[in-house]
Amino acid sequence: MLRLENLVKTYRTGDQALKGVHLEVPQGQVLALIGPSGAGKSTLIRCINRLVEPSSGKVWLGETELTTLRSGALRRERRRMGMIFQEYALVERLTVMENVLSGRLGYVGFWRSFIRRYPQSDMDEAFRLLDRVGLLDMADKRADELSGGQRQRVGICRALIQDPALLLVDEPTASLDPKTSRQIMRLICELCRERGLAAIINIHDVALAQMFVQRVIGLRTGEIAFDGSPEGLTADVLTRIYGEEDWHATIEKVEEDEAEVPA
Amino acid sequence: MPVNSLSDGRKAWQRRNRVQTFSQWAMWLIGTAVFVYCWQHISDATTWFFVWDAPKIADDILTRAMPPRWSYIDQLWDPIWDTLNIATLGTMIALALAVPVAFLAARNTTPSALLIRPIALLIIVATRSINSLIWALLLIAIIGPGVFAGIIAIAIRSIGFCAKLLYEAIEEIDATQVEAITATGASRWQVMAYGIVPQILPSFAGTAVFRWDINIRESTVLGLVGAGGIGLQLSSSLNTLAWPQVSLILLIILVAVIVSEWVSAKVRGAII
Amino acid sequence: MSDELAAVLGKRWRRPPLIRRRWLRWALGVGFLVYFIAAVSSVEVNWSRVYEGLDRGAAFILAFATPDFASRATDIWEGMLESLVMTVAASVVGIAISIPIGLGAARNIAPLPVYLVCRFIVAISRALQEIIVAILLVAIFGFGPLAGFLTLSFATIGFLSKLLAEDIEAMDRSQAEAIKASGARWLQWINYGVQPQVMPRLIGLSMYRVDINFRESAILGLVGAGGIGATLNTAFDRYEYDTAAAILIIIIVIVMALEYLSGIIRARVQ
Repeated sequence: MLRLENLVKTYRTGDQALKGVHLEVPQGQVLALIGPSGAGKSTLIRCINRLVEPSSGKVWLGETELTTLRSGALRRERRRMGMIFQEYALVERLTVMENVLSGRLGYVGFWRSFIRRYPQSDMDEAFRLLDRVGLLDMADKRADELSGGQRQRVGICRALIQDPALLLVDEPTASLDPKTSRQIMRLICELCRERGLAAIINIHDVALAQMFVQRVIGLRTGEIAFDGSPEGLTADVLTRIYGEEDWHATIEKVEEDEAEVPA
Repeated sequence: MPVNSLSDGRKAWQRRNRVQTFSQWAMWLIGTAVFVYCWQHISDATTWFFVWDAPKIADDILTRAMPPRWSYIDQLWDPIWDTLNIATLGTMIALALAVPVAFLAARNTTPSALLIRPIALLIIVATRSINSLIWALLLIAIIGPGVFAGIIAIAIRSIGFCAKLLYEAIEEIDATQVEAITATGASRWQVMAYGIVPQILPSFAGTAVFRWDINIRESTVLGLVGAGGIGLQLSSSLNTLAWPQVSLILLIILVAVIVSEWVSAKVRGAII
Repeated sequence: MSDELAAVLGKRWRRPPLIRRRWLRWALGVGFLVYFIAAVSSVEVNWSRVYEGLDRGAAFILAFATPDFASRATDIWEGMLESLVMTVAASVVGIAISIPIGLGAARNIAPLPVYLVCRFIVAISRALQEIIVAILLVAIFGFGPLAGFLTLSFATIGFLSKLLAEDIEAMDRSQAEAIKASGARWLQWINYGVQPQVMPRLIGLSMYRVDINFRESAILGLVGAGGIGATLNTAFDRYEYDTAAAILIIIIVIVMALEYLSGIIRARVQ
């Protein structure tokens, strides 16, 4: 469904963030992208929907090649890729409902969006999604009145109302406490399963990643250093991705956690 | 190197080394010389005979100006209304023009950093560095005296001020919010309306009220050069040496300034 | 499907209004509209005069392309010099006076009587427009740059003292207390505990005020208080747009240079 071919990104400073990444994501697969800071995880995700222009290589979303699209066509393809951000990236001075509806911007004209006259079906969908994540009574609140976990739920609604085929998720839990982190990860993975969405989730927390996803990609200095199931993440593999460290505690902790958390 | 060797080989702490001390003294010397020169220049251009007489003149003016001629206020309502309009309408026109200029001048929204941004910045600096009285003089020469010239003068003067504050606010916005809106597939204008405008709205409102407050002050004196408002009455009262009227007008200006400052502080408090 | 959800499905969502009370919203809206119409209709515009003026306006804009620095060179030179002289002298004196007044107007270091006196001076200076002060001072001291110099000094005091006082009131208490605890005298305390904290901002604000003083000095000549304003006024009166354009260009360039300079100085002290 998504296919990256030899994707390269070199920043103007000369830093090579991605050095020829090949990756194929089938329909409905949720995969975690792990790796040290500066490995190019964020760049990789942003190169897919071209918030960052890739230097060379190809990005295939279904039958469409994205890197050569002009702005109008790119906008149409962006609607198929919902994005969820680290610091939620809600427009803080708008209401929760406006933030959710802003996911439909690619579908409505400027004037309709400007006077907030979205089609009734969009509004109903927004209400349903807010209800699904448990924030229906917050619809009229301003986004900056919400807690971190609530904001991230709104961010999820905004991505889902786009009716995407793919979710790009950038460190969804980095600013959340451990309990909320798990709830958010669980919510994202549940929603992907319900709707058959593929997802690429950038994540720092290896243990959390192992808990929820079917496939893990390890990125190191712009190259894929590991691609496999979460069980394959041994101390050796983690050393290859992150460098030398005593990894046993991390791995053991995961095993205990998994025993605790009912699937 | 703040630690120097004394003659007997011990070290002594000093705040600055010798070169720094020297350049410090040189700076002070040059500064003092410049100031003395400036003072000399002013002094040469002054008739000191009048200056020694100043206390007596000041006393004389004060006794003549007191008490203010209260009945004169009947002739002042119209000019006060004009003054208010000059400030308000001028501010509104200025804001309407300052918004596009600010978007063209901000690094993150300008369509072309090489060509259009310098032009926008030039508009900002040119309108900002020239006082509204000078703009008024110019406009009176072009379109004749009156309230309209005053409105336009205030508007032009305020463009640069408002645009500068606005474009600084635009450059400080949170880029990830804009990114998030872009990622939904929104068009350029939608990104503007959803990602940027909500973020700068508070500083826009703050700037508007702040500038309105300043413009009330400025519009009170525009009449001195013939651009309408209460300054016209001030000017004619001064020319006829009608000091009781002058003192009444000054009192009204003082009240207007205090009221406008109070209003703008209230509104800004309510917004932020 | 929850009841809550069932209740809202199919309904239009509207953004909650900024002002929740309906009557207030309407009153403000209608009130503003009425004011706006009244204001616009009370402005008398002589459109034929404006139309005639368009030619002159175009001539003036064109004059910026061909500014005439030469034909009134001595007037321009003397006026500019006088403006700069007034700016420098008034800034120096104004800054020097505003430091003690600023200290006095800060509630956390000055006793109440001093505080009230200083605040009163600041309020008076801020409430009076430069040009009005200049008119009064010209009436008292006669024509010439002395009146302008005094005007700008007086305005500088109001501006700087207020900001300095606010800065001192907002400073970090613990640093100042540490100096006090070492047994310093009042002046030593100011020198070691207060000055280092407010100095960078004071320098920045002073530079900003120099910039403002120069801009203001350009209009003081209109009321006879010295500087380039008189020359400029004459140029407009005689419709000598190319000379006026030359003067305005010089003003803009000097303001830009001052802003650039103050940028450098501020970067160095911070």
